[in-house]
Amino acid sequence: MTDAKVAAARPLTAKARIARMYRDGKLTTILLFLPPALLLFTLFVVTPILNAAHLSLYRWSGFGEVTDYVGLKNYSTLFAHSIFHQSMWNSVKIILASILLQIPLALGLALLIYRKTPTNTLFRLVFLAPYILAEIASGLIWSFMFDGDYGVSAQVASALSMPSFYILADKQFAFLAIITVIVWKYFGFHMMIFIAALQSVPGELLEAASLDCRKSWQIVAFVKLPLISHAIKLSVFFSIIGSLQVFDIIIPLTNGGPSNSTHSIVSYLYTFGLTRLNVGYGSAVGVALFLFCVFTALTYKRLVIREGKSA
Amino acid sequence: MSSKPGMATLGRAAVLSIAAAFVILPLVATFLGGFKTIGELRSSPFGLPPHWDMSYYGEILHNPQFWSYLQSSLFVSLSAVLLTLLCASMAAYVFAHIRFFGSKMLLSYLLLGMMFPFATAILPLFIKIRDLGLLDNYLGVILPQTAFSMAFAIVLFKSFFEQLPHELFEAAYVEGCSYTRFFFQFTLPLSTPILATVGTFVFVQSWNNYLLPLVVINSREMFTWPLGMMQFRGEFIVEWNKILAFVSLTIFPAIVFFLAAQKYIVAGLTRGSVKG
Repeated sequence: MTDAKVAAARPLTAKARIARMYRDGKLTTILLFLPPALLLFTLFVVTPILNAAHLSLYRWSGFGEVTDYVGLKNYSTLFAHSIFHQSMWNSVKIILASILLQIPLALGLALLIYRKTPTNTLFRLVFLAPYILAEIASGLIWSFMFDGDYGVSAQVASALSMPSFYILADKQFAFLAIITVIVWKYFGFHMMIFIAALQSVPGELLEAASLDCRKSWQIVAFVKLPLISHAIKLSVFFSIIGSLQVFDIIIPLTNGGPSNSTHSIVSYLYTFGLTRLNVGYGSAVGVALFLFCVFTALTYKRLVIREGKSA
Repeated sequence: MSSKPGMATLGRAAVLSIAAAFVILPLVATFLGGFKTIGELRSSPFGLPPHWDMSYYGEILHNPQFWSYLQSSLFVSLSAVLLTLLCASMAAYVFAHIRFFGSKMLLSYLLLGMMFPFATAILPLFIKIRDLGLLDNYLGVILPQTAFSMAFAIVLFKSFFEQLPHELFEAAYVEGCSYTRFFFQFTLPLSTPILATVGTFVFVQSWNNYLLPLVVINSREMFTWPLGMMQFRGEFIVEWNKILAFVSLTIFPAIVFFLAAQKYIVAGLTRGSVKG
């Protein structure tokens, strides 16, 4: 409907166009409907990011005037901090685990239960349930499971007549435990994306394929997977962005320990920036994370998702 | 993969059962754990409790603080839902139906919000909330949450509004119905499925949020339930049965809600992924 009107309006001057918009009520609607969203978004999303960029150049405890200009010192401290390296590396490990473990698991299960039957629906619900549970509750539940005196690890240890083993206090295995919880919580989400994609594959196509291919794995590999490649790329994208945000799960499980070996970028920011009210330093971490996210998102979109669309 | 259908079915059932056990066992252990004494919990974390001791659950259910946590969370989440639905649907309506100079730019400006986690700017956000005098005030949680849900909500609303029949609007316009009135009289009532979907997501996000209330809320009477739960855990660090009872009582409403709203959750996931 608006196409024709816009075309007709094009030769008019800006002033006339605004007058016309006022007459047909568009201007009022715009001025009434847009500002709340724009205002909230600007105030609580955009300005804090801009402020972070500014504050990251200062040393500031959050009180009084911001005067102690230190240039890029916060950034150089940050990039020289071994715990920050560890938390970056941990985030990379989460991404790798998502891609190598979680997505294959989700994909396999999606292939098993994507058809609409009552049993499949039940399994789908079960697998999706952890997704809506709070991260903090999931973390607590699993910190019980991993507790060396109770839980599974205690059972396994006593079955093997080994002394109790505290996974979450072990530098080598604590992060593995965190990854388990992350897979537990989010594989259902990825599975749902794949199920939606598989259900939208036209049935005739699969019938035709089943005439050509004898084995069902061939149909999966040559027909189903290529047809849902967009969903897989998207799922990888969500994994990456999600991995960079992990925080709530880590707090009840290890709180970043033992000896700061299991921090994510966000829990690093929380521990070293927020709890010590190192506003400048925390802002620098935030800016680094922001740039990292935007860079990853844009590169991934350009390289993987776009390319897939044109091919 | 085996060519015999029997083996394949068996394998499929085995895989699904193992995966389901992986998901369910921790939840069952949590629920049962709330009925056990510490000793029972130690000797058999997964078995049925020998005596169903209701006292741990009962203690929490009789604790007014527990209800106050839930009440705070409910208030914060419902407010965030209402505010997001209203602001985002109004903005999306403008983007879907009115073309004006700069509309595309404004839209991509708002969609920037989908790209990064809100933790990136948590420190300046904290300072901003403090300077606005919203520390220890529910608005300090509600408004930023709304702002961060905005982008995702606008995307879903916009694509839904664009699919509504245009003839309806033209007929109403000829009758002299303004854009503004049309929105409240026709668009919103026709959009209940998408309102429910977006509402469900914002609700879950807000209900589960930990970092923002952690930063904003200080006094214990105002705690939302995740803060309350961590506080409780700190007080009873070795009494797992009490903690598990507490956790069970907080995930129980979440699971009931999930079963009731699953249609919208699935719709949101598939819509979001098809669009993205």
